[in-house]
Amino acid sequence: MSKMIQNLGDAIKASGLKDGMTISFHHHLRNGDFVLNMVLEEIAKLGLKDLTVQASSLFDCHAPLIDHIKSGVVTGIETNYMTGRLAKAVSEGLLKKPVRFRSHGGRPAAIDTGRVHIDVAFVAAPAADRMGNANGVSGPSACGSLGYAIPDSRRADKVVIVTDYLCDYPLFPCSIEETDVDFVVKVDRIGDPKGIVSGTTQMTRDPVALTIARYAADVISASGLLKEGFSFQTGAGGASLAVTKYLEPMIQKLGVQGSFGLGGITGYLVDMLEKGYFRELMDVQCFDLKAVESIRTNPNHHEVSATRYASPAAKTSCVDSLDVVVLGATQIDTDFNVNVHTDSNGYITGGSGGHSDTAAGAKLTMIVAPLFRARLPIVVNKVLCKSTPGHTVDVLVTQRGVAVNPQNKDLYAAIKSSGLPMTDIHDLKNMAEAYTGAPGGTVPQGRIVADVEYRDGSIIDHIRCVK
Amino acid sequence: MEIVQNAVAGTLESNDVFVSVEPGQGKLDIVVQSIVFEQFGKDIFNAAQEVCVQLRVENASLRLEDRGALDCTIKARVETALKRAGEVNNA
Repeated sequence: MSKMIQNLGDAIKASGLKDGMTISFHHHLRNGDFVLNMVLEEIAKLGLKDLTVQASSLFDCHAPLIDHIKSGVVTGIETNYMTGRLAKAVSEGLLKKPVRFRSHGGRPAAIDTGRVHIDVAFVAAPAADRMGNANGVSGPSACGSLGYAIPDSRRADKVVIVTDYLCDYPLFPCSIEETDVDFVVKVDRIGDPKGIVSGTTQMTRDPVALTIARYAADVISASGLLKEGFSFQTGAGGASLAVTKYLEPMIQKLGVQGSFGLGGITGYLVDMLEKGYFRELMDVQCFDLKAVESIRTNPNHHEVSATRYASPAAKTSCVDSLDVVVLGATQIDTDFNVNVHTDSNGYITGGSGGHSDTAAGAKLTMIVAPLFRARLPIVVNKVLCKSTPGHTVDVLVTQRGVAVNPQNKDLYAAIKSSGLPMTDIHDLKNMAEAYTGAPGGTVPQGRIVADVEYRDGSIIDHIRCVK
Repeated sequence: MEIVQNAVAGTLESNDVFVSVEPGQGKLDIVVQSIVFEQFGKDIFNAAQEVCVQLRVENASLRLEDRGALDCTIKARVETALKRAGEVNNA
């Protein structure tokens, strides 16, 4: 039998896609993705309406969705993260039906348990063979791990592989297996490599971020978790990434080896794997070319599915074995609830991603943030959107002090005796406002434009229209 | 201080403010644009006005493009722009 189909339009017809159905996409090609736009353009040409887009994340490159929403082709969006022009338009009331936000673990949990049903999954594949075995590690659009596409490919009624690099059968390694694939389409290009991964991830030189990172590493050290078998996840930006810089010499001095590094993987974690500071990397998403190269060649650098990464419906997932996670925040309130969905004006600028999943799983959940950012204090009385509940957050680290969640009594005692500048979270808020003044402004009062689902499926908050 | 020419100070970097000054139309005119207008619009205007009063600038048109600068930064940038644009009388 042949699964090869001449073009995307015919593949959509062959999939049996109808009005009102749900189509899914993964975000490994990030802001360089062509596939979502190509598929929707064909769907619009076929005259289909009322579709729900179930995408693991949406970026500025997906702005053409705005027109498909206006014309009624798309009437629902479910995602874990949304940024750029589409996010702005949604915040201003573009979509009648509220967007459903999930986390990187909550999404596969909803898919695996049948709460979310995917009719057709369109999987952008940097390399695939004619039977649909696919991976992300070769071809001109290589992105590394395909972890977020795996639950979709296993559970969707129909799976369409879209590739620009057709290989001889059988392709190995395969992240997506032929047993799950219905159709394969070859297109000219699935993405723009410049938007897919950054060449190299840059370490910040900002002295404020470096100070925060240094305190953060000291907190990890004081927590007692930095020992043989230690496991760790951190983000790719600013202070989060810089924590690795200060952690490295600490691990070296102790002479211990970590068990694994987790998450979105950067070249810095690859360096630590290669130097033997970690035994394994578990990778759901590669952030730079070094990570892509490493997952392709290093047998200790493993791809994990979104389910295995963070699903609370799995029997266990990686986040359950995580010691330390370092996370960012746009706002944190005095109860340690964190907002990563909106900016201070209530516009959607992101989403949970794996924030709430890793916070729930890790033994030590650390938020790193400057005291204020562009005059806006990070600590507020009440976050505009509760993305991650405060009871899963252990400590806030700023350049002016470390505030431990009083619920974590062990950490409180450990930090108190460590000599680190310990403060109360209310004091950090007051300290910031001494510089910035007390911020005015109003909370958005419009209709609900997004429902935020916590990883267990409960609704943790709503986002309201800014107008 | 008399404003006799156009001048600018500051940058459009985050945490800074870009200030442009022109000779006025017989009065003091201050226009504020800011990414934190909702939260601090009034404070930014007041900081700029305070510097104008201190320097006795009464006939000028100021435009502030703010990227989240603190009051101390705003005042320093406004003072610099005014002094670059002005001619000090009786100083």
